[in-house]
Amino acid sequence: MTAVSEQDFVVFDHVQKSYDGETLVVKDLNLSIGKGEFLTMLGPSGSGKTTCLMMLAGFETATHGEILLDGNPINNIPPHKRGIGMVFQNYALFPHMSVAENLAFPLEVRGWGKSEREDKVKRALDMVQMGDFGGRRPAQLSGGQQQRIALARALVFDPALVLMDEPLGALDKQLREHMQYEIKHLHESLGITVVYVTHDQSEALTMSDRVAVFDDGRIQQLAPPSALYEQPMNSFVAQFIGENNKLSGKVKALDGDIATVELDNGASCTALAVNCGAVGSPTLISVRPERVSVAAADGPNTTEAQVKELIYLGDHIRCRLNVHGNDEFIVKVPNAAGHSHLTVGETTRVSWLAEDARALDAA
Amino acid sequence: MSDAAVFSDITTQTDSLTTADGRPLKAALAAAQARARRRAFFLVLPLLAFVLLTFVAPIGQMLHRSVHNPGFTEHHDIASGAKTPIMVNLRQWFDDNADAAPDETAYAALAADLLVLRDLKAAGNVGTRINYERAGSRSLFTKAARNAKKLEPPYTEAILDLDEDWGDPALWQVMRGASSAYTLNFYLAAIDKTRDAGGNVVAVDEVRQVYVKLFLRTLFLSLLITVLCFVLAFPIAHLLATLPLRYSNLLMIFVLLPFWTSLLVRTTSWIVLLQSEGVLNDAMVATGILADENRIQMMYNQAGTIIAMTHILLPFMVLPLYSVMRPIDKSYVRAARSLGATSWTAFRRIYFPQTVPGIGAGALLVFILAVGYYITPALVGGADGQLISNFIAYHMTKSLNWSLAAALAAILLGGILILYWLYDQLVGIDNLKLG
Ligand SMILES: Nc1ncnc2c1ncn2[C@@H]1O[C@H](COP(=O)(O)OP(=O)(O)OP(=O)(O)O)[C@@H](O)[C@H]1O
Ligand SMILES: [Mg+2]
Repeated sequence: MTAVSEQDFVVFDHVQKSYDGETLVVKDLNLSIGKGEFLTMLGPSGSGKTTCLMMLAGFETATHGEILLDGNPINNIPPHKRGIGMVFQNYALFPHMSVAENLAFPLEVRGWGKSEREDKVKRALDMVQMGDFGGRRPAQLSGGQQQRIALARALVFDPALVLMDEPLGALDKQLREHMQYEIKHLHESLGITVVYVTHDQSEALTMSDRVAVFDDGRIQQLAPPSALYEQPMNSFVAQFIGENNKLSGKVKALDGDIATVELDNGASCTALAVNCGAVGSPTLISVRPERVSVAAADGPNTTEAQVKELIYLGDHIRCRLNVHGNDEFIVKVPNAAGHSHLTVGETTRVSWLAEDARALDAA
Repeated sequence: MSDAAVFSDITTQTDSLTTADGRPLKAALAAAQARARRRAFFLVLPLLAFVLLTFVAPIGQMLHRSVHNPGFTEHHDIASGAKTPIMVNLRQWFDDNADAAPDETAYAALAADLLVLRDLKAAGNVGTRINYERAGSRSLFTKAARNAKKLEPPYTEAILDLDEDWGDPALWQVMRGASSAYTLNFYLAAIDKTRDAGGNVVAVDEVRQVYVKLFLRTLFLSLLITVLCFVLAFPIAHLLATLPLRYSNLLMIFVLLPFWTSLLVRTTSWIVLLQSEGVLNDAMVATGILADENRIQMMYNQAGTIIAMTHILLPFMVLPLYSVMRPIDKSYVRAARSLGATSWTAFRRIYFPQTVPGIGAGALLVFILAVGYYITPALVGGADGQLISNFIAYHMTKSLNWSLAAALAAILLGGILILYWLYDQLVGIDNLKLG
């Protein structure tokens, strides 16, 4: 099988998975991962991310459907023959072996000679800047150091595909950001394909080429990070990624791309018709807080807003407003020179462009 | 004194730290910790007293008894509690005449002592003491004491007239040995050795060599039982640790069931099952697998001891194994598999080494319990399934040779301590995991 395109290195083809025969944990998963891609599976807890990863690694079998690796179906290939590197959330470093022995393990079971093994282990340790720690036991390392070793161990036997299941979940924020950078750097310099699982959206957005947003056993949207944030295709994604203001209503008219929506309080506004269905169907308008301008004299979709709460955040001020009856409407006002300052209780005006408001399904 | 005060002191005066009121920091710390230590000590005091009283003291007593037997040197009158030195003359003679054959003075001393024994009615006890090391000596003493009044010089002839055996050099060697209350002769007896007439350590007659064989058998059977327990317990413990909770709870109850059943009930049910007229043999005869005259002997021999003890000690292996297996995350084996190991390699290289502390703990527990096991071999062991404890019990209750029982027990204890030490050297006792 050589006629496989670069885009179809890993393929999930109508994959379903059930553990108990009663509920589907993964419902009809279709996904193609390109060679050298960094793909992140992002989703709330219990959405089936780990399950997908485990099916790919060979520790769970798909109830239905086919998984292809480099064009070959792998459903019947045992995990040790798949040649997939894996980083576990708890690192799974073998506690009775030293760091160097841990790294040598995959080479040893592949029958490498002692000197080549030592060579390779040394290079792998240097790659994660842990050259001096070969003799230590995993228990003698800090969380971040263990993380690096787990990474090195998953990479030491040069797998083309590496799976990572929330590898940074146990680290503190600063270390996590540092490791994100390092993992990304390794991905680029080694040219490997990475399937990464996280439920931290900022991690997904900063690291990935593409992000698959999981919910309820389905991929809700598969897109590059910027598209995911700026063009959510349904209200789950809009809610899940970044901060979002929602206004619910009914589609009153459709004019090309632009939908006119009658909101629950009777007012009407315009928005980009993305996923709102035909005239008369309920819809949810999503507006990002930073796309709303405050005290604009008169723009499109201008409306009254009452200031409920102000939170000072240094570079900007987070305002909670009442807009169209929604008490949780958030607006970010830059803390810039000459910018008007709001006071709690005051009534002001807000507006946004029709293109910045997306009329989505009413989930 | 506040933390801040300590802090400021630390920063200003780094070479010799003091608290705010000028006391050296070390002393203050020690005082503070001493209070906590005292409180901890009072908490363990009841247990300490209990252990001292019921464990350390009896073991000390036992060890003492194994080298000390005053049966030939002191008479203890049970009724009055009075302790009277006996065999005074003969012991004096032994002291004065090292390595000499008994002469007339020796027999004279013996005659004088026999008179004392007669008055104290102590000949039986003294005879028993000598009888431990030379069979048939008790009647010599009782007979001689009965006739002590009639003895007249020359005592050599008079006493030999009573019984030729009084001239036996071995008897005199035993009496010489017993003339000091402290002796190692019981240890010699416990390893099938004795002293010949010349006082040299020699092996006892072939037919009377029992203990070394018994020690070896005990060691061998205990090892075998430990290995069997391990082989049976490992898969069970693994199953227990990996099954979903509701199944593993049920299985755990089956494992623990033996703990909740009386030892005697368990042992006797094995008899019911395995004796030659038992359930198993009956079933095999009934189904024609076995001819009636070929019933297999599984009880009252070593096989009975092995089967019943393996069953009884199994939980002691299962529980430590379970306790190390339960927390072993399945991601270890998964990681090994993803790194290219077959399931067998993953088991051998990754899973198994992590269970070693449990194996060590279980093996040590089962082995030590097996080595000292008494009831089960006594009930189902027959002649060749007896262990050393059964002989210790025999000497405690039947032959009343407590010193020999104590010597055997002390050797057993020493053996176990050596094994424990070896274990510590090989595996490390801090790797032991009981639960
Ligand atoms: N071994 C199993 N047996 C039965 N159900 C399981 C098993 N593993 C997972 N599940 C169920 O499958 C669903 C998806 O689980 P999965 O571990 O894939 O979620 P996830 O997206 O990785 O969540 P998280 O972010 O919390 O790790 C959950 O509802 C979970 O309860
Ligand atoms: Mg998960």
